[in-house]
Amino acid sequence: MTELDKRLILLSPEDNCLVAAADLPAGSQVLIDGEQVTLPHTVYLGHKCARYDLRQNDKIIKYGAAIGHVTVDSPIGEHLHLHNLVSDYIPTYTHEAGAQFVSHPSHPSHPSP
Amino acid sequence: MTTLPQSHIRGYLRRDGRKGIRNHVAVAYMVECAHHVAREIVLNFRHQKWGGGVAGIGQVHLIGFPGCFPNAYAETMMEQLLTHPNVGAVVLVSLGCESMNKHHLAQFVADSGRPVHTVTIQETGGTRKSIGEATEWIVSTIKELERTKSVPMGIEELVIGTICGGSDGTSGITANPAVGRSFDLLIEQGATCIFEETGELVGCEYHMKNRAVTPELGEELVRCVAKAAHYYTVLGHGSFAVGNASGGLTTMEEKSLGAYAKSGASPIRGIIKPGEVPSQKGLGGGLYLLDVVPDGEPRFGFPNISDNAEIVELIACGCHLTLFTTGRGSVVGSALAPVIKVCANPETYDRMRDDMDINAGRILNGKATLDEVGREIYTSVIRVAEGARSLSEELGHQEFILGYKQFEPSGPACFPSDQRIAKVA
Repeated sequence: MTELDKRLILLSPEDNCLVAAADLPAGSQVLIDGEQVTLPHTVYLGHKCARYDLRQNDKIIKYGAAIGHVTVDSPIGEHLHLHNLVSDYIPTYTHEAGAQFVSHPSHPSHPSP
Repeated sequence: MTTLPQSHIRGYLRRDGRKGIRNHVAVAYMVECAHHVAREIVLNFRHQKWGGGVAGIGQVHLIGFPGCFPNAYAETMMEQLLTHPNVGAVVLVSLGCESMNKHHLAQFVADSGRPVHTVTIQETGGTRKSIGEATEWIVSTIKELERTKSVPMGIEELVIGTICGGSDGTSGITANPAVGRSFDLLIEQGATCIFEETGELVGCEYHMKNRAVTPELGEELVRCVAKAAHYYTVLGHGSFAVGNASGGLTTMEEKSLGAYAKSGASPIRGIIKPGEVPSQKGLGGGLYLLDVVPDGEPRFGFPNISDNAEIVELIACGCHLTLFTTGRGSVVGSALAPVIKVCANPETYDRMRDDMDINAGRILNGKATLDEVGREIYTSVIRVAEGARSLSEELGHQEFILGYKQFEPSGPACFPSDQRIAKVA
């Protein structure tokens, strides 16, 4: 694997997001898979940023599993949070209405970056 | 790749073929009314050396069931706990009129080859005489236990559980995935590893399904999480909280995955319920999900009222020790089986280092990687199995809690046979 900034955590090899191990202010230079990237927005400790240039509706993979999808194109280093990432999951109360769990058709075990 | 450390574990061989990493005396109250007497018996061994050696200190453990009404779950749990491989001898403390069947339990323990003694307070003649009689019995029995021969024990004979408690935003990015990596290493060596708390796995069911060793087991995993989701919904508990977002969590499935990360990446071999021991089902090592959520409509309240209720259930499934991840900083240990605490948050570690065996928060300081901490946890498991005391053991933690629950036995799809797995593969 190519070099990753010590301040970023890759939880699973197939992930397309990285977790900040420290508060990283907007404008910080970080190393993502060997590439120098300037963070467009602040990414706080525990928050996520894009590992690749992501397209609208791409599933976000963390821990090797889908945690939702991005609602807009999001370039490498972009902060991924409530403003551009939404759940694919139907809350549990809809079970009672007979609704199904959302299945992830393009199941994300090996997404194409 | 650094090589994994050598292990030189010696276990106490029990009649059922399982081996213990400790040789404890379990003192069990059969009802809350006998709790005080049982506790006083245990306290007699708290700070004193008996038989001239270290045996006795931290070797006598208090467990029990408070309820007066019978409950099949509690009886199964007591059977498994009293014949747990870490237990060498048993004292049952009965008031005399409770419903727990002490005669059956005493026979069950005797049949397992362990010395057992029952004190019935109403017959012995009250508090003082009962404490005296049981204490005397333990003093002589500990001398016998000191002569228990230990035999070589392989990593493939170990059963390891994991839970999280007092979690914070760091748990899911340091301690939990690091435990997952240690699970993968242990499973590679043939160990049995158990994760649990289906209520915190809502959103992970399809990912788990893909990890199941058979399609039938995959369906059971989905059903199991749906049951938990229903149970918690009825109780009005369990969903994504706004406060989670400030820590960087965006979606509910992401939050669940943080807890799920403790399970590592190995295939899921089966689903067990409290008191079901994989080796007693003829199953070997690998990763199991412990389903802790009761079957049927909610009857006895929350599935587990605190972390130790879950640890006790892991122990009843044969766990020799438990890996406990915490961000905010839990201090608990457990009766009968050691707890190794893995601290996710570097600030918590600095504040509470006397209680924390592993500092997974170093990952956030750039001083270690997940893989390195995973190996460190693996090494700690081996050392504690070899007899080194975990910090909670050293500090005398012996928490225990057991309440009412109801379960149906697991169906065959939950324990796929090796033949079935081979066929699917």
